[in-house]
Amino acid sequence: MHELSLCRSLIRQASRVAAEHGAPSIRRVCLRIGPLSGVEVELMREAFPLASHDTPAEGARLEMATSPVRVHCPRCAQEAEARVNDLTCPHCGHWQTRLIGGDELLLVSVDLASASTEPLVPPS
Amino acid sequence: MCQTCGCALPDHLRPETNERDVHTVAVLEGLKAHNDAAARHNRAHFDRAGLLVVNLMSSPGAGKTRLLEATIEALGGRYRLAVIEGDLETENDARRIRAKGVPTVQITTGSACHLDATMVHRAAHALALDALDILFIENVGNLVCPASFDLGQHASVTLLSTPEGDDKPLKYPVMFRASDLVLVTKTDLLPVLDDFNVAAVAEHMRRLASTAPVLAMSSKTGPLDAWLAWLETGLAERRRRVFHPAAPGDEGLLTRPGPNHPGPSFLGNLASPEP
Repeated sequence: MHELSLCRSLIRQASRVAAEHGAPSIRRVCLRIGPLSGVEVELMREAFPLASHDTPAEGARLEMATSPVRVHCPRCAQEAEARVNDLTCPHCGHWQTRLIGGDELLLVSVDLASASTEPLVPPS
Repeated sequence: MCQTCGCALPDHLRPETNERDVHTVAVLEGLKAHNDAAARHNRAHFDRAGLLVVNLMSSPGAGKTRLLEATIEALGGRYRLAVIEGDLETENDARRIRAKGVPTVQITTGSACHLDATMVHRAAHALALDALDILFIENVGNLVCPASFDLGQHASVTLLSTPEGDDKPLKYPVMFRASDLVLVTKTDLLPVLDDFNVAAVAEHMRRLASTAPVLAMSSKTGPLDAWLAWLETGLAERRRRVFHPAAPGDEGLLTRPGPNHPGPSFLGNLASPEP
């Protein structure tokens, strides 16, 4: 279960963002996960409370959006949605496609709780 | 119901006394940033030393250690080899490799199901990298987790032993997509297996849009020629780049492929499948 070590990495990154903004705690963490990243959303959900214990992310909500597998076909110059174990072009059947989406493993954003002494940072 | 976001958890965003507000910060950073940085650091070490580093992955029992033993027997006289062994427990595999007279560092991961770049970094410092030609990293036997962690290797090889079945690339697409070479092992068992088709493995790799070559062999009965040739080509590629570095802006004078124009020979188009 490598999701636990990925969660630890995630919390390290999120805690660094919190520290940069002088925020005492993290309230929500948003991820984007592609099916070809090798990460199971359900296992991340189970690992997150374990990994976040005693960190600024303890009690934070973990939101994960999954992105579709998409390929670009150089032969018919089109993009299309594909399956994790079939990346051939659904339009022309060409096999040498290029993956353009579906292997992401991204920390998209974190919601930080501001301390009252800190000036409120307006959302960009 | 939570008044802030409408979720079913009551008051989970209730501000504490010293809080005024919650605000969102966009990050857009890869979750493996820490491991990737350590892997880049490893690769810089390996490139400076001019050796070829090969990450061997497979399910448990596919024959990684047996392949290494046979490879050492074939190449040990001509090249300086070393092995980093990853296992959950025991030094059994390291003992087998050391018995062949090759320096070996054992990493016992305990419960961790994969090697990461930091573990490999520590192990690499226990080896005299400058005095090596090829370093093999035998990853933990597992077709899932090792695929997600760059170790700083130059090439990843996935072994698929014939008793496992030829449809493994379709069942474990993440692992096989990350492979620069697929090595079908234990071909000496093919006469008793009526359902393993080596050509089907290559076909499944194409379904994953992979240009990685598929080689079939038996570490026990051979021949190892294609595998050994692949290694030697890879090593020659590393050496060419180390000993003839292309200066930036110098490309017009070059007749050989520079680092920005890699030749088609070794890693094919899938040298870095992760963007």
